[in-house]
Amino acid sequence: MKKENVPQDLSSLGKITREVCYATDSTGKYVTQLSNGWDVKIKALDVAWEEIDGRIAKAKQQVLNNEASPLLFFMELRLMDFSILADYTGFWKWQIKRHLKPEVFNKLSETKLKKYAAAFNVKVDELKSMDVHED
Amino acid sequence: MKIDFEHGQAAHCESGVTSNLLKKISNGKITEPLAFGIGAGLFFVYVPLIKVNNGPAIAFRSMPGFIFNRTCKSLGVPVVQKKFSSKERAKSFLLESLNAGNPVGCQVGVYYLSYFPKEYRFHFNAHNLIVFGKEDDNYLISDPIMEHATTLTSYELERVRFAKGALAPRGQLYYPGNQNEITDEQIRSAIKSGIKKNVFNMLSIPGWFAGVNGIKYTGNKIKGWRDKLGLHDAGLYLAQLVRMQEEIGTGGGGFRYIYAAFLQQANDYLPNDTLLRASEMFTQAGDLWRTAAVQAAGIYKGRIGSQADFNVMGDYLFEIAEIEKKAFTVLKNIKWQS
Repeated sequence: MKKENVPQDLSSLGKITREVCYATDSTGKYVTQLSNGWDVKIKALDVAWEEIDGRIAKAKQQVLNNEASPLLFFMELRLMDFSILADYTGFWKWQIKRHLKPEVFNKLSETKLKKYAAAFNVKVDELKSMDVHED
Repeated sequence: MKIDFEHGQAAHCESGVTSNLLKKISNGKITEPLAFGIGAGLFFVYVPLIKVNNGPAIAFRSMPGFIFNRTCKSLGVPVVQKKFSSKERAKSFLLESLNAGNPVGCQVGVYYLSYFPKEYRFHFNAHNLIVFGKEDDNYLISDPIMEHATTLTSYELERVRFAKGALAPRGQLYYPGNQNEITDEQIRSAIKSGIKKNVFNMLSIPGWFAGVNGIKYTGNKIKGWRDKLGLHDAGLYLAQLVRMQEEIGTGGGGFRYIYAAFLQQANDYLPNDTLLRASEMFTQAGDLWRTAAVQAAGIYKGRIGSQADFNVMGDYLFEIAEIEKKAFTVLKNIKWQS
């Protein structure tokens, strides 16, 4: 890639920092060139997030329908699968699967709820209500 | 406390951290491309059966954590490298190292890295940064992908050093074990060993899904994605491929451009036309990876999407596999002048 062809499409990262690309100058020598982003990868990231947002919305509806506990919503919101959540909380995967049932979740002790809340970086009442406010 | 340390931006976090940690003892000679090449950073793998973020597990570089170690080893620089089971011990060891005047490389998870934009925060645990001091409750942070140095509170740093999930950092830190100057002779010998290692990883590594064979294997897989996954999910898979290839930390073209830059710089130490020829081939491979990314984007943007479009995409990867195979074969047979 030639230096002048390094794309400069402003991405969400580009607003915070530009990134280093390696490209060739007019003599064919490699130099570094800062880039604001590239449309092709901005769209790739957008596509990934649209998918995640869809999963979060679906999980929220399942919780509202009482088909799952709020854990499902937070797992999608925090992009966590069972093994990541197990690592953060110290619970076994089978325990987490059980806690996904609303009737089991509703009987969880404060200590256990606190572990989940800490893993998701929310307060216990936010964990129960799915009411999170983030910047 | 603040250590005399100069922040330097880089394309890739690990080669950037390595280059910055070795800057002083190499008088700035170990540039990012040299660290990447000596550390044999270039790779390709498509791990079958595993999924990452509900998509394919594809990587364009070697296992996280290897570059620093391998670069230092090849240069004959001793390494201090530690993981911790206790957060307190991890913190006190970091402070001791800083007090002794060492900038310290740390492996961290990206998910709770506060200065990253939210869109980039996935559970990716193989990010690297340098801690070079502490003022009140704030650690001074040199993250090579950022233009400027930044800070993290002690809580924030502990959280990312003990991120959980695959490749959990477990507080891992590392830095060069002495301050002896690195000579050109050491660099020459390290370049040779780095190339040899990378040739092996790309041409001879066992498994049909890794190295240049892995690129071809992926090309074949892509041709089948539309039928197997449906157009929507196939688009998501392609988007994931493009992110691994082009996203922050790659230097563009799936690290192929950094490697091409490495070969040019290697030629400064070991003049050899073969290095320059191979460098041009990697530029060509990088360009073709980017052409393939544009094709992929056409699909996940919904502009194109026929089976023929997937075939074109797969064929790009076949072509790339051929170019990289040739380039590494040229490097394998290189006759060093000295």
